[in-house]
Amino acid sequence: MNKNMMKRNLLPLALIVLSLVLIAIGVSSGEAKLVLTKAVNICMECIGIG
Amino acid sequence: MAKRKKSIRLWCQAAWFAVTNGYLKGFVEGKIYRGATKQVCVPGLSCYSCPGALGACPIGSLQAVLDSGKFKMSCYVFGFLMLFGSLMGRFVCGWLCPFGWVQDLLHKIPLFQKKKNMPGHRFLRYGRYVVLVLFVIILPMTVLGAAGMGDPWFCKYICPSGTLLGGWPLLASNPGLRSAIGVLFSWKSLLLVTILVLSVKYNRPFCKYLCPLGAVYGVFNPIALYRFTVDEELCVRCGGCQKVCGMDIPVWEKPNSTECIRCGDCKAFCPTGAIRSSLQRVQAKPYGGIESPNE
Repeated sequence: MNKNMMKRNLLPLALIVLSLVLIAIGVSSGEAKLVLTKAVNICMECIGIG
Repeated sequence: MAKRKKSIRLWCQAAWFAVTNGYLKGFVEGKIYRGATKQVCVPGLSCYSCPGALGACPIGSLQAVLDSGKFKMSCYVFGFLMLFGSLMGRFVCGWLCPFGWVQDLLHKIPLFQKKKNMPGHRFLRYGRYVVLVLFVIILPMTVLGAAGMGDPWFCKYICPSGTLLGGWPLLASNPGLRSAIGVLFSWKSLLLVTILVLSVKYNRPFCKYLCPLGAVYGVFNPIALYRFTVDEELCVRCGGCQKVCGMDIPVWEKPNSTECIRCGDCKAFCPTGAIRSSLQRVQAKPYGGIESPNE
């Protein structure tokens, strides 16, 4: 990969690393569990009943 | 070439829908999937209450975390949004979103005189940012009930994808839920039908004017790994790219516009091949862009 392209891709690559860190933080803080709890039950509001 | 590309995209959208909403038993029994994959966000606006859904909608998940009263921000969902956005920006809208696919299919119906934009497009296009900030973030976090929890305002009052993929199939196959239909369901069904009818005449009205997910991914378009570039030496400024663009973008000026859904129609049409994606740039270089062993 040439230097110019490498430079252009540096920001998205850094953001991808940051996003993986954020996901890991979310999993450890219990957000993933909360999302799972919400997603495995029918969301009455989402379907227009709640 | 352009027609073949469009057809490939429609099949890709269908295949992705089958992969992420492939729990067929749910459609038959009027139930939803309850496995562990439901905690993983999918890239598109795909309701987790769709009977076939195997993953979670990022906008629904974001509201679930924010309105829970337990978190002030969602590292988890912002992480997924940043991951998908940094990788491909609004390529998600063009290729991986089930509601975008539905709108694309409806726009193919030979009814009405086709138009790209609705009247008032210049102002309406900012609507999706209003929806994102107000209905997805501010209202769920600030309007709290007695238990200290808010409502998922976007899902509850706006999301047509939830009504189409979740509400209608569940109510069709689950008689127990039908007794609970009220004013809210009528409002959401009316909104959905309006958007579906508008989609026959206008190109992707929901994506252009209301979708909060498109607003998020659009911000990533200029910096995502998957980007477009225009070769200034090859471009003859014929304007053909804007003519074929359903989102009405002057691609030769703004190849990475926040409106671009990366459908690729401009690339397929360009008579001089001036528009290229970052993937093509890598492929076009010797050794796939990787320096040769002798360099």
